[in-house]
Amino acid sequence: MSDITDERMPLPFGQAFDMSAVAGNMSKMGHSAWLGVHFHAEGDDWIELALPWKAELAADVETGIIASGPIISLMDSATGISVWKKRGTFLPHVTVDLRVDYMRAARPGRTVIGRGECYRLTRSFAFIRGIAYDETPDDPVAHVVGSYILLGGDQA
Amino acid sequence: MSDAFTLPPYALGLGYEIDHMEGALPVLACEFTRDLMGRPGFWHGGALGGMLEIAALGAVRTHLGAQGGRLKPVNVSIQFLRGGLAKRTYAVGHIVRAGRRLVNVTAEAWQDDRARLLATAQLQVMIGRANGE
Repeated sequence: MSDITDERMPLPFGQAFDMSAVAGNMSKMGHSAWLGVHFHAEGDDWIELALPWKAELAADVETGIIASGPIISLMDSATGISVWKKRGTFLPHVTVDLRVDYMRAARPGRTVIGRGECYRLTRSFAFIRGIAYDETPDDPVAHVVGSYILLGGDQA
Repeated sequence: MSDAFTLPPYALGLGYEIDHMEGALPVLACEFTRDLMGRPGFWHGGALGGMLEIAALGAVRTHLGAQGGRLKPVNVSIQFLRGGLAKRTYAVGHIVRAGRRLVNVTAEAWQDDRARLLATAQLQVMIGRANGE
């Protein structure tokens, strides 16, 4: 186990946010790499990640519909990165709560895009929302809302 | 009893297993691996959320037995209480109310000490009709 706990993501904590550093880590290791999640697009206070369909993510072998767990992970990652984007700095934060409403099943074979938006920062908290969609944002697979507690640079 | 509930490919791929039955409720367990990691040395919140959801669905499926169609989660609300360390992790669901169409269910996850919960979740799960709708 020690080889896992000793592993360190080379994120430059305390330095300016840089999506390419996050994207590189995501594809190399951890849960996002297992899922196949990768960077898709970004804006001022939002970012989009892509979750390509694969049979290993299915909730049901017959239908090939992906489980909702990968959607939770996609949205936790996307909204978490949007907090860095909004803060503009690689400072740590921790998910406090996350709620996911499932509008419909994602279509088997289609890539799901997760858009995470940090719509408000306070001294201690980041408030986030987001949607997951597999075609257009106005026909979402899921909506999410949640909050993160912000940690100081000394805890990086 | 555990025959009523089979783990989906997603859960098997991440190493989730039914550890034991607690009455009629399946208790899931999972060893920590790289595939579950978010920040270094810790569980990814989404992976933990996914495990809570599978535990909740397991409780619903076991409760319904052979009857009942496809289970569709309507929503899930997750509270992260502690960082998930690189250890074996457990999760179980509890039925709050089981109606004809909708089941309200909670789930909780822990590691060494069951009194120190890692995360909790509340789900609303729709029971699909027999024809698949």
